[in-house]
Amino acid sequence: MGGIRVLVGTAKGGFVLSSDHDRTSWEVSEPLFGGWEVYHVNGSAADPDRLYASQSNGWFGQVIQRSDDGGANWEPVGNEFSYDGEPGTHLFYDGSSMPWRFTRVWNLTPSADDPDTVYAGVEDAALFRTTDGGRSWSELPGLRGHETASSWAPGAGGLCLHTVLPHPDDPSQLLAAISAAGVLATDDGGATWQLANQGLRSEFLPEPDVEVGHCVHKLARHPARPDVVYMQKHWDVMRSDDGGRSWHEISGNLPSDFGFTIDVHAHDPDTVYVVPITSDEKHFPPDGRLRVFRSRTGGDQWEPLTDGLPQSNCYVNVLRDAMAVDSLDPCGIYFGTTGGQVYVSSDEGDHWRPIVHDLPRVLSVEVQTLP
Amino acid sequence: MSTQQARTSPPATVPVRIAMPYQLRTLAKVTGEVVVTVSPPVTLAATLDALESAHAPLVGTVRDRETGARRPMIRIYAAGEDFSDASAETELPEPVVTGREPLRLVGSIAGG
Repeated sequence: MGGIRVLVGTAKGGFVLSSDHDRTSWEVSEPLFGGWEVYHVNGSAADPDRLYASQSNGWFGQVIQRSDDGGANWEPVGNEFSYDGEPGTHLFYDGSSMPWRFTRVWNLTPSADDPDTVYAGVEDAALFRTTDGGRSWSELPGLRGHETASSWAPGAGGLCLHTVLPHPDDPSQLLAAISAAGVLATDDGGATWQLANQGLRSEFLPEPDVEVGHCVHKLARHPARPDVVYMQKHWDVMRSDDGGRSWHEISGNLPSDFGFTIDVHAHDPDTVYVVPITSDEKHFPPDGRLRVFRSRTGGDQWEPLTDGLPQSNCYVNVLRDAMAVDSLDPCGIYFGTTGGQVYVSSDEGDHWRPIVHDLPRVLSVEVQTLP
Repeated sequence: MSTQQARTSPPATVPVRIAMPYQLRTLAKVTGEVVVTVSPPVTLAATLDALESAHAPLVGTVRDRETGARRPMIRIYAAGEDFSDASAETELPEPVVTGREPLRLVGSIAGG
């Protein structure tokens, strides 16, 4: 019988949650890299036993770990992330300029067809790639060399490149999202990048519909319909039907269109999930009720999913990387909270239950569906 | 080389004990202290170079890869003294060089 492997990054270590395809009985691993922040753990689609983890903290810096056996054993690999050439400057919160400085790896996205090739989105925002299984990392400098880069400014979490979205059919096409710059797109494998923010509007900017400076929180898309891209922005849930070239709002009847995470059903490109958060000043769910909202219509019309989720006195957050889906039928939906719970729904969101209650603050959740 | 010369020549290498915080021990996959061999003079830089040479995963975790400077939240103590801001070429004190005490790498107290 096949399995499900949930890869969880937390503020104090990584965890692997394992189940069979029933998704009812779970094993929780011991902490991986205990005491370290683990921003992201992700697996290769080409080799599900090949895992990568971003391990960091303020004392000892960045470490990348690699497992070749599905997480049973790990080895540190390369942790040298040197910007290409002179780093230049970007804006600080107060509008002054400051030099680009590497802080941590937020996102590890393995290539779909080569377990040794992985993209790393980092803070301060840049995109790196390894082609040797993490031993060495090289920047794709065209992104940070974009003509607007000196005007990019950090979001509350730092100037982070948090989302890397390869095109499922064309590896030369990528979308990258940066808080708080917006979306950039490449169609030449990362050599050159174009802004992809048309239609975004952010009231915290002096010119709200300016081309760059938007705090995009997360992107998601379905591999069968790659031109449709969904976005949870700082405020607003957005959709693009042209691969990110233009966007329109699909917040519809959501109780709040502020939030961090967004994901798409594994088998239905029109089914989308978000977790509304009260506001940018109140990072907890509206009314103390933890509700996932599902749209079956590609946005605009949303239904609350509450069965099994706390509906009173709940003040956790769900961070941008903390939701994922499996590829079983019916599709499983997973998310983690800043309170340390990881929830699963094995019926597309209709019913939820916690896999684990008391992990450290959950930073990221990824799911592997094993044959 | 004569016997007399051998008696008076300094040792080619010196074993230096290093005590590290839990996070670095687990990263290096060691328990307790580590011992590295350093060619005299036993400077701070030579000792940290030897540590990184023996335990490659520690490169970048104690000293910044780009600048070689101590990471801000690492403190370095030896023989009851704070060597955190000592220059790279500072020679370590006699109790560390003779192996009576370890060089101590300590994570500064900040947060929980």
